[in-house]
Amino acid sequence: MLKISNLHATVDGKEILRGLDLEVGAGEVHAIMGPNGSGKSTLGNVITGREGYEVTEGSVTYQGKDLLELSPEERACEGVFLAFQYPVEIPGVNNTYFLRAALNAQRKHRGEEELDSVAFLKLVREKLEVLHIGDELLHRAVNEGFSGGEKKRNEIFQMAVLEPRLAILDETDSGLDIDALRTVAEGVNRLRSPDRAMVLVTHYQRLLDHIEPDRVHVLANGRIVASGGPGLARRLEEEGYAWLDEGGIAEVAEAS
Amino acid sequence: MSSTETVERHLQGRYKHGFFTDIEADALPPGLNEDVIRAISARKREPEWLLEWRLRAYRKFLKMTEPHWAHLDIEPIDFQAISYYSAPKSDKDRPKSLDEVDPKLLETYDKLGVPLHERAKLAGVAVDAVFDSVSVGTTFKKELEKAGVIFCSFAEAAREHPELVRKYLGTVVPQHDNYFAALNSAVFSDGSFVYVPKGVRCPMELSTYFRINAAETGQFERTLVIADEGSYVSYLEGCTAPMRDENQLHAAVVELVALEGAEIKYSTVQNWYPGDEEGKGGIYNFVTKRGDCRGDRSRISWTQVETGSAITWKYPSCVLRGDDTVGEFYSVALTNNYQQADTGTKMIHLGKNTRSKIISKGISAGHGQNAYRGLVKVGKQAENARNFTQCDSMLIGKRCGAHTFPYIEVQNPTAKVEHEATTSRIGEDQLFYCLQRGIGEEDAVSMIVDGFCKQVFRELPMEFAVEAKALLEISLEGAVG
Ligand SMILES: Nc1ncnc2c1ncn2[C@@H]1O[C@H](COP(=O)(O)OP(=O)(O)OP(=O)(O)O)[C@@H](O)[C@H]1O
Ligand SMILES: [Mg+2]
Repeated sequence: MLKISNLHATVDGKEILRGLDLEVGAGEVHAIMGPNGSGKSTLGNVITGREGYEVTEGSVTYQGKDLLELSPEERACEGVFLAFQYPVEIPGVNNTYFLRAALNAQRKHRGEEELDSVAFLKLVREKLEVLHIGDELLHRAVNEGFSGGEKKRNEIFQMAVLEPRLAILDETDSGLDIDALRTVAEGVNRLRSPDRAMVLVTHYQRLLDHIEPDRVHVLANGRIVASGGPGLARRLEEEGYAWLDEGGIAEVAEAS
Repeated sequence: MSSTETVERHLQGRYKHGFFTDIEADALPPGLNEDVIRAISARKREPEWLLEWRLRAYRKFLKMTEPHWAHLDIEPIDFQAISYYSAPKSDKDRPKSLDEVDPKLLETYDKLGVPLHERAKLAGVAVDAVFDSVSVGTTFKKELEKAGVIFCSFAEAAREHPELVRKYLGTVVPQHDNYFAALNSAVFSDGSFVYVPKGVRCPMELSTYFRINAAETGQFERTLVIADEGSYVSYLEGCTAPMRDENQLHAAVVELVALEGAEIKYSTVQNWYPGDEEGKGGIYNFVTKRGDCRGDRSRISWTQVETGSAITWKYPSCVLRGDDTVGEFYSVALTNNYQQADTGTKMIHLGKNTRSKIISKGISAGHGQNAYRGLVKVGKQAENARNFTQCDSMLIGKRCGAHTFPYIEVQNPTAKVEHEATTSRIGEDQLFYCLQRGIGEEDAVSMIVDGFCKQVFRELPMEFAVEAKALLEISLEGAVG
């Protein structure tokens, strides 16, 4: 589904990603861990086509297509979703209105009929119920005045409504209370299906207690330096990153 | 100036090889002198006293000099090169049907949701008299008459209700108030007159929507609204259709008088021709608007959405003369390409316990320059005056500018004046957030801008709010990217 080869990318002329390789198959959930500033968010931004992130070498293929050719909104319409590490506020723009505009833009792109407000509201209520989210966030402006946890929850809610093919969750679990963490896990697990893929960027094992990943990768200095099964995450939590050899890419054997 | 000319000009501008029709107009030759003023007055069949009033204003005008203090970059205006009276053309000169009108113009109407028969009228097509604004006006007139509300053209009011016009004309904006007000007082072409009697709640929104767009519109309207004790009126004026006007100068005067316990809501959606992408052409919009809360407990509220004009110079103001009076100003001003706007308000607190609120939203795109200039003045006698000002600017792109000039003069120590100001560049991060959800760039920008303006749009009547929103979208097309 997603194949990244030898990806080099710069921000403001500074090289952040330095030959990153990653392959995520349909139906798989991968976790990416790694020290602060190693390039995890940068990877998400490059995949989704954010302005200012320049790819200098390498390729990103998504469902057989060259993803780098597409504009950010085309990528979104093709089913690429990013749950932001820091979701932005858009004052005065109603959350429901925003999400309907997004969904309808994507439906239009796929040649499907746009949803009217009644049908949309029905869909939204279903999703809220499943995720155990109250409906008060529907009436507010996009992320305006939301607490950190509410913003993250809102990202998951948007993901649930938009039903992407490839979802990248950038530290969606950071700063969440136990209930909110369950909401995130629920959102991810509900969306898990043979034709979808997910990439979870996280610093903590606790999210992975709720979502069993197929693969765990360590990103350091702009490259994947180690990959393994779920056990790798546990070992990282216990031992940190120091034990990893930064020189070569290691395939870490299952510890458990 | 007629819409026919407008369309002609538009066609010429867009299509170099488009057809050209020589138009005959009932217009005075360019130039400004006492004879011109006499001629205007005669054509409007005005009473003698009004002519005298105009001439007095003209003599004051001659002694005044053009202001230079606004944050604007203006070519000098040659007042002798302007024609001060232009009556509608005869029907034979107009386009015969919509087929003859620039499709681009029609497309704009389409986006604005202007009904078909209205489009024809706006484009200056000679259409059946049924759609004439005059007849539309008269259907409402019956209902208004029942309520005792007078709503007519200024010229008609001068003939039919001279006692009211004489009593109030020039009492809010004196002739010599400023250069353009003096000019307007001398040469005003037409405008509207409203009188709402004691205790009457005007049964409908009064609107000059049709008239402003109609061929008769002059560059120098004069509007006078009087709300008698305990009455209420909501008045809307708009040129919601992008009229490709070739006039260089538009200098209107609006006077509002609210007597004891009365309330006036005055909403404007202004979209005069802003000039082309390079900044050529467009309207110079110099308008003096002022409301006088003359009686105790009266209330005046201005709401404006300004998207047009090459240059806008406009400060709708409130004089809070009575005790316990309230003045409000809600404004969205957008400048794109080479547009310049210098707009804001003055709140003059004279009575006790007076309150004012100012919400100003400036949006600049392209090379647009947007200045907010606001004065809050609290007089010696104005015990317990309160003002709240919120002034937000949004920049789209890197070549535009926003400027804020708040002036505060307080002569009474019990006053409380609060000012908040923010400037933000349309967030690259906000934009990306929308794009990442699949929303296209133009939709994203208009969504963000619309959200930014929400506090002001909320003050507009429903249909007007929809139009205002559509206008912003059209005005911002191509602003990003
Ligand atoms: N717009 C930018 N301008 C300059 N440097 C940037 C920019 N964006 C990211 N960087 C730099 O790139 C590096 C990688 O940043 P990135 O946000 O991808 O890290 P991360 O792995 O997500 O870290 P964290 O775990 O703290 O979220 C950092 O050194 C950061 O300072
Ligand atoms: Mg990060």
